[in-house]
Amino acid sequence: MQWETVIGLEVHVQLATRSKIFSGASTAFGAEPNTQACAVDLGLPGVLPVLNEQAVAMAVQFGLAVHADIPEVSVFDRKNYFYPDLPKGYQTSQMYHPIVGAGDVEITLDDESTKRIRIHHAHLEEDAGKSLHEDFHGMTGIDLNRAGTPLLEIVSEPDMRSAKEAAAYLKAIHSIVTYLGISDGNMAEGSMRCDVNVSVRPKGQEAFGTRAEIKNVNSFRFVERAIAYEVERQIELIEDGGKVVQETRLFDPERDETRSMRTKEEANDYRYFPCPDLLPVVLDQAYLDHLRSQLPELPADKRARFQNELGLSVYDAHVLSASREMAEFFEEVQQVCGDAKQAANWVQGELSGALNRENLSIQNSPVSAKQLGELISRVLDDTINGKAAKQVFQALWNGQGDSADAVIDAKGLKQVTDTGAIEAMIDQVIAESPAQVAQYRDSEPEKRGKMIGYFVGQVMKASRGTANPQQVNGLLKEKLDALL
Amino acid sequence: MHDKTVTQLAAALKSGELSSRELTSHFLQRIEQADGTLNSFITVTAEQALDQAEAADNARAAGKAGKLTGIPFALKDIFCTQGVKTSCGSKMLDNFIAPYNATVVEKLNAAGTISLGKTNMDEFAMGSSNENSYFGAVKNPWDLTAVPGGSSGGSAAAVAAGLVPAAMGTDTGGSIRQPAAFCGITGLKPTYGRVSRYGIIAYASSLDQAGPMAKSAEDCAHLLNVIAGHDVRDSTSVARGVPDYTETLNAPLSGLKIGLPKEYFGDGLDADVEKAVREAVKVYESLGATVREVSLPHTHYAIPAYYVIAPAEASSNLSRYDGVRFGHRCDAPADLIDLYTRSRAEGFGDEVKRRILIGTHTLSEGFFDAYYTKAQKVRRLIRQDFLDAFEDVDVLMGPASPTPAFDLGAKKDPVSMYLQDIYTIAVNLAGIPGISVPAGFSNGRPVGLQILGTHFAEAQLLNVAHQFQQATDWHLQRPAFAEENA
Repeated sequence: MQWETVIGLEVHVQLATRSKIFSGASTAFGAEPNTQACAVDLGLPGVLPVLNEQAVAMAVQFGLAVHADIPEVSVFDRKNYFYPDLPKGYQTSQMYHPIVGAGDVEITLDDESTKRIRIHHAHLEEDAGKSLHEDFHGMTGIDLNRAGTPLLEIVSEPDMRSAKEAAAYLKAIHSIVTYLGISDGNMAEGSMRCDVNVSVRPKGQEAFGTRAEIKNVNSFRFVERAIAYEVERQIELIEDGGKVVQETRLFDPERDETRSMRTKEEANDYRYFPCPDLLPVVLDQAYLDHLRSQLPELPADKRARFQNELGLSVYDAHVLSASREMAEFFEEVQQVCGDAKQAANWVQGELSGALNRENLSIQNSPVSAKQLGELISRVLDDTINGKAAKQVFQALWNGQGDSADAVIDAKGLKQVTDTGAIEAMIDQVIAESPAQVAQYRDSEPEKRGKMIGYFVGQVMKASRGTANPQQVNGLLKEKLDALL
Repeated sequence: MHDKTVTQLAAALKSGELSSRELTSHFLQRIEQADGTLNSFITVTAEQALDQAEAADNARAAGKAGKLTGIPFALKDIFCTQGVKTSCGSKMLDNFIAPYNATVVEKLNAAGTISLGKTNMDEFAMGSSNENSYFGAVKNPWDLTAVPGGSSGGSAAAVAAGLVPAAMGTDTGGSIRQPAAFCGITGLKPTYGRVSRYGIIAYASSLDQAGPMAKSAEDCAHLLNVIAGHDVRDSTSVARGVPDYTETLNAPLSGLKIGLPKEYFGDGLDADVEKAVREAVKVYESLGATVREVSLPHTHYAIPAYYVIAPAEASSNLSRYDGVRFGHRCDAPADLIDLYTRSRAEGFGDEVKRRILIGTHTLSEGFFDAYYTKAQKVRRLIRQDFLDAFEDVDVLMGPASPTPAFDLGAKKDPVSMYLQDIYTIAVNLAGIPGISVPAGFSNGRPVGLQILGTHFAEAQLLNVAHQFQQATDWHLQRPAFAEENA
């Protein structure tokens, strides 16, 4: 039987506010346990929450970026359950009236096709603390530094049909939140993590199959692997006559499998009700207009502009707009050199290769966008040839010179385009290679083209790579053919 | 000295007739002598009080005294006070030393007042007799076999017995007004949002409100001046200017339109109480007020709606008492569930457990709409009843409680206790202010007249109450206990 996979994602994005969602404590990562938890975060008797306006603005910006309805009124609810790292015994969240309504996101797939994934809603909530089970001799340590950190939970519709689509969606969300600057998007530090709902159904069937929810997956790669495993597990189960049960599962990246955590029967009744300590959030049109006017150019718009105005391919436009830093770097290179295609090639080729080799992000590139742009300009105006350009790039990467021009001067890489000088070098090479000349002369005419490479190489070597290769080619052919 | 009002004591301090240190020592001594009998305090902070008194005297000597500098008072043990046990009347918080001050406490400290300690109360403010305290029942100074009312029973009894000139209480369903009525003092529940809730241990967040309890409306006006106002730490406090509540106390009442809700004079109302209230209304007529009957048609839904909403919020508010970070923790828990269940089973009393169970049930899946959502609809209707009534009249008057103080141990079943709050609870659901003033006696036990106004009408309520106290002397009556035990 042909099976179809159905996937929906709940993405938790940690918002980059300076203080917590309901208190003034810092949200900085990595502090000593419990040093960034104030009376409110500790849930002391008598304390009250005060909503962080920055968190509201960030959530709304996200909503605007995904073309969502922003309801005039949203309400915080309490989700009640006991857990040691949940200080108040409830999480303040938004159940019934979330701050961001229905919207959508466009994803780009490997075959360059695009697909629209609908967002059901996004809501604000506070994060819990952390339970630490190691180093406490059988007891559990509680760190409440993270308690009260603002989260935006983005809930998609079940619109994804493959692990690749799910990963592409997650990347699209990542790129939107980092473009907006509302999250650092750091998945390793937990700034972005997601719950994946997966089910399978026979191809052509309308009704959804029973879904399993895989909790807390925290990398693009793990999302793909978790789904791949889960889909296979569910299909096998059904084909063997079994039934998928609705349950929560955990992905174990070490074993590359998902395991059952709890079934629906054991699920909590969270007893949601409106939080009486917080007023409804009321947003007027002027506020939304103001935030809309502050929005940066978003990935989808950038991608379209890269294609339409700069003439890039779908693939190049997608790769170069994936992160705000990448896009901004590329745009500066393009503006300095004036050639989008060359800028795209260099950023995705030489630069990305070097960055990957040394595991650096583009923000930390040793070669600046300006340096790279100027380097490309020198190729475009024939000051240097492509081969020399790679040497210049390497020198800039290694910090040997402040600019392309400085490196070119210092290393004497300026291209030789003087016909007389090139002819002199050619004459010398021909004079020193009688055997090869004889071989050339005796060859079939159609094989001579291939043999000319030897002479080009010798001339380039004699010029230490600085001779203009096109000129060398042309003049060599003339001179050799004159010997026939 | 202990007979005098805050207003009188403030004048004596100002004139130099008295020092705050003398005043404070005097009241501390009275507490020492009498409170073994009354049990109105959970914690007495004598040393801190004397230090504060000395600071107040110094401030006065330096010409830096405010109106209430040097005046002693007491705080219901629901207000967080830095460095002082804040138990909320519960075993759960018997070991809890608050690391911060409630906004009300900060404001009172800034005004130079002297806190003598923390008063007894029903556990987590759940009760109408103060019999639900982990620290034992409080006795009514008018009759030691009677309850003082609740939940602010310790504050009411202490003021009535002259152990302290004034006290702070909180009122979620009548917890200031009913004990004020039972103990023959004046107690004001302000409009919801008028006084910051920050640092007040939450019972039912959408209903809780702090207010003054004192010997006169004038005293309440002085204290409300200090504690009212917007607080950025409480989102539900209202950003609205605070008038000087003492300025309008003497406005004449001619033309005042009084409404008597017919639902407040029906079955279950004690004859003596009704008589006292109707006599009081006659006093107002003699002062130039007009009286008419009005209707608050949804009154009989107030108690059921309250006992859905308040326990729902309480069940969530009290989840933080889990034995993990503070408060009572059971011995040698076997595992996490054991830690939770035993700590809570041991730390909470029966009434608190009952309300947590009710609240947990009404919020549960499948019951939420039938209970909570419905109760919120009823709440809106009740609020509308009051708003409609205030279209026609300026204030509403009626009894604060259907009976005078009942005997200790008299009310065994919870529902008969809940019915005690029939005239006070709707006021919290509507969020409007209410005041109870002494208006007579029944068999030697005080009767309270309740006066209600529309949202933020505190100045008017205090004016109306003060004028009554200018025309009558019920508020000047003192229990024999106050003299015999000091």
